Amino acid sequence: MRHLVQRIWALSLAAALLAGLGAPAVFAQPGEPIKIGVIQPLSGPVAASGSYVRMGAEIARDWINGRGGVLGRPIQLLIEDNKSDPKEAATAAEKLIVRDKVPVIMGAWGSSMTLAAMPKLEEYGVPMIVETSSAASVTKRGNPWVFRISPPSEMEALGLERYVKDLAIKQAAFLAVNTDWGRGAVTAFGDLLKRSGATVGATEFMDQAATDMNAQITKIKAGPSDTLFLTTSVEQITLVLKQAQEQRLGRKIITTGGSSSPSQLIKQAGAAAEGTYHLLFFLPWFPEAMPDGRLAKAFVDEWQKRGHPFEGLTEGFRGHDGILTAAEAIKLAGKPDPKAVREALWKVNLMGVNGPIRFEKDGPAGKESGQSRPSIFVVQIKDGKVALPAFLAKK
Amino acid sequence: MEPLLQHLLNGLLLGSTYSLLGIGLTLIFGLMNVVNFAHGEFYTLGAYVTFAGLTVASVSFVLAIPLTILAGMAVGAACERLLLRPLRAASIDTTMLVMIGLWIALQNAELLIWGGVAKSVPTPFSTQPVVVGPVSVAPLRLFVFAVSALLIAAAHLVLARTKLGKAMRATFQDRETAALMGVSIERIHTITFALGAGLAAAAGALLGPVFLVYPSMGDLAALKAFSVVILGGLGNFAGAAVGGLLLGVAEELGAGYVSSGYRDAIGFVIIVAMLLCRPSGLFARAERVG
Repeated sequence: MRHLVQRIWALSLAAALLAGLGAPAVFAQPGEPIKIGVIQPLSGPVAASGSYVRMGAEIARDWINGRGGVLGRPIQLLIEDNKSDPKEAATAAEKLIVRDKVPVIMGAWGSSMTLAAMPKLEEYGVPMIVETSSAASVTKRGNPWVFRISPPSEMEALGLERYVKDLAIKQAAFLAVNTDWGRGAVTAFGDLLKRSGATVGATEFMDQAATDMNAQITKIKAGPSDTLFLTTSVEQITLVLKQAQEQRLGRKIITTGGSSSPSQLIKQAGAAAEGTYHLLFFLPWFPEAMPDGRLAKAFVDEWQKRGHPFEGLTEGFRGHDGILTAAEAIKLAGKPDPKAVREALWKVNLMGVNGPIRFEKDGPAGKESGQSRPSIFVVQIKDGKVALPAFLAKK
Repeated sequence: MEPLLQHLLNGLLLGSTYSLLGIGLTLIFGLMNVVNFAHGEFYTLGAYVTFAGLTVASVSFVLAIPLTILAGMAVGAACERLLLRPLRAASIDTTMLVMIGLWIALQNAELLIWGGVAKSVPTPFSTQPVVVGPVSVAPLRLFVFAVSALLIAAAHLVLARTKLGKAMRATFQDRETAALMGVSIERIHTITFALGAGLAAAAGALLGPVFLVYPSMGDLAALKAFSVVILGGLGNFAGAAVGGLLLGVAEELGAGYVSSGYRDAIGFVIIVAMLLCRPSGLFARAERVG
């Protein structure tokens, strides 16, 4: 008798489990959210930037859901922290793809982190929208699942080309973070300088987590360069500017990569940031100057309404544009399927906060990645405020 | 010549804080035989306490430092009583694991409370550098060097001249005999750990304003502390003090003349070289701690 009861228990338990497993397939409501994966550095040396991108992504999510979502369903962001570490970025990508089955990902901020996650995209066949990374290799490795909306360092350098004479650069030194991003920027801007008839001086690197750059600054100071190209995240830029002031480096400093957050530099580096130039992809101080002034202004207003720090806007817009692109691609695909979304990304043609987003082929033939052509700006910190450089203000 | 002088100055200034970290760790490592993987977290704790004191409680910078040291000592003592004392009889591997757990717990607690974004600590010092001939240095760094030197001297005096210091040295030399002589081993252990943690917190309070404050700042600092301890010899106070300065100068010269991108690797290279050539440290003597 007992055996019979036990057997009935076991069978009903098994039946319940099977029903439970089958339920999602049966009960998948049209209202169930579409998941979009997000991989960003939310802790570690570059946590500030990752947090800002996340804030921008959340604004895009809320705006899109407020307009009815995508394909009649709300979108949901699944956010993974890559801890400023390429290894974690790869793990996060696998988690999002295998466990959460996202049809598209946005990430992973740093070039080294993005490059680490890229093999997973190809392995499982899921597209990723790259919102920040600058290294050329991201779109040149022949990974057809990569779509980048940020400019590679080469494009940045082209954006600066016409101002080299105005900036009076004769010999430039380089100080870059020792990652794919930093090294790529050194190569790209070095080539630009050689094309423009200037020379390249001392080239120094620093570890992503380093806090003392005095040795590098002393070395650069000993050379005859008149300009310093600085490529790293806002935390390290703050430290370099302060230490450069301590050592009386006295040179023109230009930051590249767009992650310099000038407002944060003014706050944290103070007088040490005076006179520095910055290559940026968003002007939150003059949103009307952006290609879609209305959208840019609305984004700035919403950001401030949520109480987010103003200095994060120069990074936060990337999250917004990335999610906007992802949502548009899912809509064009007609279903949240990774392959369909990838096909649809080639058809995306919309206006983001930075400007028009449309992907062109980049990389080896047959396996091209997508690369958009974003707007690039130069600003200068003058009298403790962000302004257009003198040679631009005239025009 | 000028860059060399600047490099040496940079190295000495930074090295003084490495000495603080190293002394704290060598006391704990040498006296208690505990591999304190959480040492970097006391450093981070010190930086955050100073940040909180200056921004939330509006305490003056000069006052914030002794308060931070006290806070570090209090947390250190609590950790010793709650975590290490019950494990007194356990093997060194067990205590190592417990300290790693403490490391993870403290770092993530800071991440939870303060968030991952780096914080800037305001100080009353001017940002205009002090110029002496060919070298220039920020007033804040000179202050940090002065306070580090003061703390190292104070710690030395405690160890060499006070009864407590004598008890600590006795416990280190021979625990059983010291116990027979009436030294309370439990108390000595708590005080040693508290002292080590306090010195690490002091280093954090001093370096937080120089750099930036963020939850993972202690990881690199802990590694440097271990280099200093191995360089100077386990439990060797003078070794740690000199070792810290040596590490600072070696890093600066290495970064300046060899390769700037790999400056932090110099600490690792030193560990490997020391363990291969002179495992007992540069200043190995029969009598340690003092």
